Amino acid sequence: MTTTSASVDNGVNVAALLEAREALSEAPEAAKFQWRATCKWVNGTHSNTTIQSFFGLGEEQSHRTEFSYDADHPELFASADIGATPVEMVLVGLASCLTAGIAAVAQHRGIQLKSVSATLEGGMDVQGILGIDSDVRNGFDGIKVHYDIDADASEDDIKALVAQSQKRSAVFDIVTNPTNVTVEVN
Amino acid sequence: MRTSCVIVGAGHSGLAMSRCLSERSIDHVVLERGEVANSWKHERWDSLRLLTPNWQARLPDYSYTGKDPDGYMTMPELIDFLEKYAEVISAPIKLNTTVTSVSADGGKYRVATTRGNWECKSLVVASGACNRASIPAIAEAAPTSIEMITPMQYRNPGQLQEGGVLVVGASATGLQLAEEIHRSGRPVTLAVGEHVRLPRIYRGKDIQWWMDALGIMEERYDEIDDIVRGRNIPSPQLVGSPDRSTLDLNRLTAQGVRLRGRLAGFNDGKAQFSGSLRNVCALADLKMLRLLNTIDEWVTEKGIDAEVNPPQRYDDTEVEESPPLLMDLGKDDIKTILWATGYNPDYSWLDIPVLDRKGKIRHDGGVVDSPGMYLLGTTLLRRRKSSFIHGAEDDARDLSRHLSSYLDDCEA
Repeated sequence: MTTTSASVDNGVNVAALLEAREALSEAPEAAKFQWRATCKWVNGTHSNTTIQSFFGLGEEQSHRTEFSYDADHPELFASADIGATPVEMVLVGLASCLTAGIAAVAQHRGIQLKSVSATLEGGMDVQGILGIDSDVRNGFDGIKVHYDIDADASEDDIKALVAQSQKRSAVFDIVTNPTNVTVEVN
Repeated sequence: MRTSCVIVGAGHSGLAMSRCLSERSIDHVVLERGEVANSWKHERWDSLRLLTPNWQARLPDYSYTGKDPDGYMTMPELIDFLEKYAEVISAPIKLNTTVTSVSADGGKYRVATTRGNWECKSLVVASGACNRASIPAIAEAAPTSIEMITPMQYRNPGQLQEGGVLVVGASATGLQLAEEIHRSGRPVTLAVGEHVRLPRIYRGKDIQWWMDALGIMEERYDEIDDIVRGRNIPSPQLVGSPDRSTLDLNRLTAQGVRLRGRLAGFNDGKAQFSGSLRNVCALADLKMLRLLNTIDEWVTEKGIDAEVNPPQRYDDTEVEESPPLLMDLGKDDIKTILWATGYNPDYSWLDIPVLDRKGKIRHDGGVVDSPGMYLLGTTLLRRRKSSFIHGAEDDARDLSRHLSSYLDDCEA
């Protein structure tokens, strides 16, 4: 029973996703992906990160083109403010992951989306990163996400859509659960 | 020794199958490592009652006839129910006979036991779905000073040291044990992952009555959209208690149990919890609401609104503003961790390559991927009710029919 109805089009190819899911559950090795980023320091707090290759389905893959991101800090931190701060980029990741999920789940559930917008707020006490108070953590003390969604569905169905998207989101998992990070030099 | 069929396990499933085979005059034997209803007798906690009401307790040609149809059986009552059944159906049971290995040998199965060997054409695995507690790998990183216990070993709070208890898991087991341990004066912190919330009584009827009436429990495995996910849904937060009350996270919070997110790991003497608590609660609240809406629509459709109580809605699960993500086990005086993180079957005796990569038997509605071999009593085996006592009836009837025709084909 697939609830996708022909009239609903959120631009998500659910049939292809379900096919991939089936294929990968038969061949779990192919489901092992690796995502990559390459970062170069430019000057001051300004760095540039590029994204192009990744690994998946058992072989090297590549984006259609190279994507480039400048990160920096605002002027009040005595920086040049050439790009968004890295923590804002975490919000970019979370927002885009949840939003993509909402579109996919809506398509699967036969819900036509008309508009979806999200506002994210990550609270942070910078006493942590500045080393003023060791009891204050460096990262966000919490993230608030607010969605405004206009869709052909009841309020509860829309809430369920957003809840399901969180359940399946990679970035939501990354920010809500610990991850081992190994950093090597040279 | 030879027989047409060996049934492994004399629990409700094995007994139901024995009855169905006897009806078909198929000679068989039921091998039981201990006593009838052994798991219920020796591997469950003292206060446990069935999650299904007595009127639902039914096995092939046998049903509950007691005075409390709306009540929930205690373990002694269930054991008595099953022992009487074994007697009534004259099941050919070999007690205290542990199966040590089963292998396939050219269309036959060789069953080695602690009391002799058997050869048979067909085999029914009815050894249960809950033989071992399933403990996540992160348990290895828990501080060694803390005692760990599983529901298989737990009997009552008196077993535990005085002091705090971290209960991991929020299905029926986790909630029931969190409540009784907290009431014993050992403050409980409950780590909550994905869960299923249900009211015990809705519009004056047991939730199992509604599931039955709406045909939800009859839904077949081959009609379900995503059977893998269906088979992994945690057991609903229910308790069978004399007051027929609803056990949910809000009730625990009101008693002072602290809710935390899913346990993510341990680091430096601290437990780390996921930041997803709000969402797993929202998912469960919304899913329950969908079921209640479905029930209400069904009632209206049938025109029986006047015969049942009016619709009811429940408060959303209360989650504190910022649930702590870390807990210092030492400072918080946590002495025990109870892993209510599910159960696994034990197929270590099965020397036939029928297990999938998760250690579960590969089967199609109980017909195992090895000719003449059958499985009973696991979640969503053939129907949503398959893992319940009364679920064994239809499953055993269906599979005994298949088994019988398999034996006929062997003859021919």
